[in-house]
Amino acid sequence: MSVEHHAFHVTEHLPALAAVVPLVGAVLAALVRNGTIAWLVSLAVGLALPVISILMLWEVQASGPISYALGGWAPPVGIEFRVDLANAYLAILVSVMAGVVLAGSPRSIDDEVNPENRAWYYAAFLLCLCGLMGMIVTGDAFNVFVFMEVSSLATYILIAMGRDRRALVAAYQYLIIGTVGATFYVIGVGLLLAMTGTLNLVDLAQRLPQIEATRPLFTAVAFIIVGLGLKLALFPMHLWLPNAYAYAPSSASAFVASTATKVAVYLLLRFTFSVYGVDFVLPETPAATLFMILASVAMISGSLSAIFQTNVKRMLAYSSVSQIGYIILGIAMISETGLTGGISHMFNHALIKGALFIAVAAVIFATGAVRIDDMAGLGRTMPVTMGAFVIAGLGLIGVPGTAGFISKWYLIQGAAEQGMWWIVAVIVVSSLMAVFYIGRVVEVAWFRAPLSDAPRRAPPELVLAAVALAVAVVIFGFFTEFSAGVASDAARVLLEGYAR
Amino acid sequence: MTLFEEIAQHYNYWVTILLMVSGLYIVVAKSNMIKRLLGLSVFQTSVYLLYLSPGKILGGTPPILASEYSVYANPLPHVLILTAIVVGVATLALGLALAVRINEAFGSIEEDEIVPVIDREDHAA
Repeated sequence: MSVEHHAFHVTEHLPALAAVVPLVGAVLAALVRNGTIAWLVSLAVGLALPVISILMLWEVQASGPISYALGGWAPPVGIEFRVDLANAYLAILVSVMAGVVLAGSPRSIDDEVNPENRAWYYAAFLLCLCGLMGMIVTGDAFNVFVFMEVSSLATYILIAMGRDRRALVAAYQYLIIGTVGATFYVIGVGLLLAMTGTLNLVDLAQRLPQIEATRPLFTAVAFIIVGLGLKLALFPMHLWLPNAYAYAPSSASAFVASTATKVAVYLLLRFTFSVYGVDFVLPETPAATLFMILASVAMISGSLSAIFQTNVKRMLAYSSVSQIGYIILGIAMISETGLTGGISHMFNHALIKGALFIAVAAVIFATGAVRIDDMAGLGRTMPVTMGAFVIAGLGLIGVPGTAGFISKWYLIQGAAEQGMWWIVAVIVVSSLMAVFYIGRVVEVAWFRAPLSDAPRRAPPELVLAAVALAVAVVIFGFFTEFSAGVASDAARVLLEGYAR
Repeated sequence: MTLFEEIAQHYNYWVTILLMVSGLYIVVAKSNMIKRLLGLSVFQTSVYLLYLSPGKILGGTPPILASEYSVYANPLPHVLILTAIVVGVATLALGLALAVRINEAFGSIEEDEIVPVIDREDHAA
């Protein structure tokens, strides 16, 4: 219990603060019962968390992985929060997206959520953020499950707050599938616990190679991969996603779409690479081939479904299914280039989808339009918002000069390294399909006459949030030191695994 | 060891598997939203058993430190499952609350009846 012996330094407790700050914020937001104050509380959390995350990355880069013994109980018996390059990178992504969405959302939420529910909305938002940050920083397999359920339950509430009655059914269906996913995960962890007697991820990685009976271990792998696959909406386990994103309040869609699936992908990375290690699961199971096939099908079928949607939010949701395919594809290559592509695509796609969903939130605020056909002429009446939409859309397609190009370039390089030219073809075809569904919005917004004369003015903070993310999409298309640079360092850390 | 003994000795696992599969079957096969939630609960409960039963040691005492006992049950699964039970209760409560709201909004909790209504609204709006 070294904590008592020397003075309390905030910087020593960064990993714990990453989960505790949003948790305390959630309680405060729930207690005040006033939408505006709750928003201010969540904004304060949304501004504090990026600072905490950046300090963590800084410390990791300066002096290696941070191991934090929760409550002073030393790991592996106590719960360990463990931060290395891979999760410090993701923590920055999630906390910055939360900050941007919270800063932009107050009037959009006032518009879309019942007055008596607004404080609850922010409380649920912060709980969701707490769960996501907890899943990122923790180094304990069961702790992951607890944080996963904290974030999932909060997400069901956020979705159910959508103004359309279909939001309730979307939330219910996500609750069923999400709980099955989390339970599959916890079955896998239970089998690992029964075989090794430990839950600490580093400890697991060291004990697994000594286990001789591999059948329960493979069963555990299968349960964990399927459970996380449901959470990250890997094709064909994505059926909950389109309705959930389509009917949630717009800014909740923006946050959940840009972060929740990414955290599940991170856990998949953590288990396949750090815990099981490249030598164990990937060569001895068909996991990599399976991932590659499912990812390719997701990329094509997600884009194809997106082309035929009439609801713009649902179109973006199906596009997410295909973009998750890109990320999984990078993972399935099991090479540094492929992983760099996958991890940087997590980052870039979060920026892009965040910008697109926030732009749509501004459109919904101004005109109430959710159908693509109702967006006619918006290029002229809402030029800034639709400008941000188009720039982010170009990023989604992967036009050079945008962030999307960088990660797709790594993916193509990774595929070419291994001589898998059919993967290159899949990437190109899926990107061309993105031209169609983004192009359809552009066509409607710029080349059709406006439906009504003057739409309501969208709140400037909402437009600004969309523009800021769109600008980031361009910036990270040119300056890749952070997005791709740290991603490739993280890829190296993951390929090494915990058990050296 | 005969096959029968092999099966009988692992009866705790058989019960776990039976609960797991029947719970999941209810979730997949039923249309009534309450029944699906109950199936989900059965499914989650099977996991409690999966964790708890290997933690029990035959002839062992509860995990209390005392000089005269040396064989005791592993307390860790109990602690974990206590947390999992809380999670399960919260999930069931939220699911039931959603079912109540869905009943108010759609006048039904049968997915077979609600899904066509939603499809119609999707195509209309």
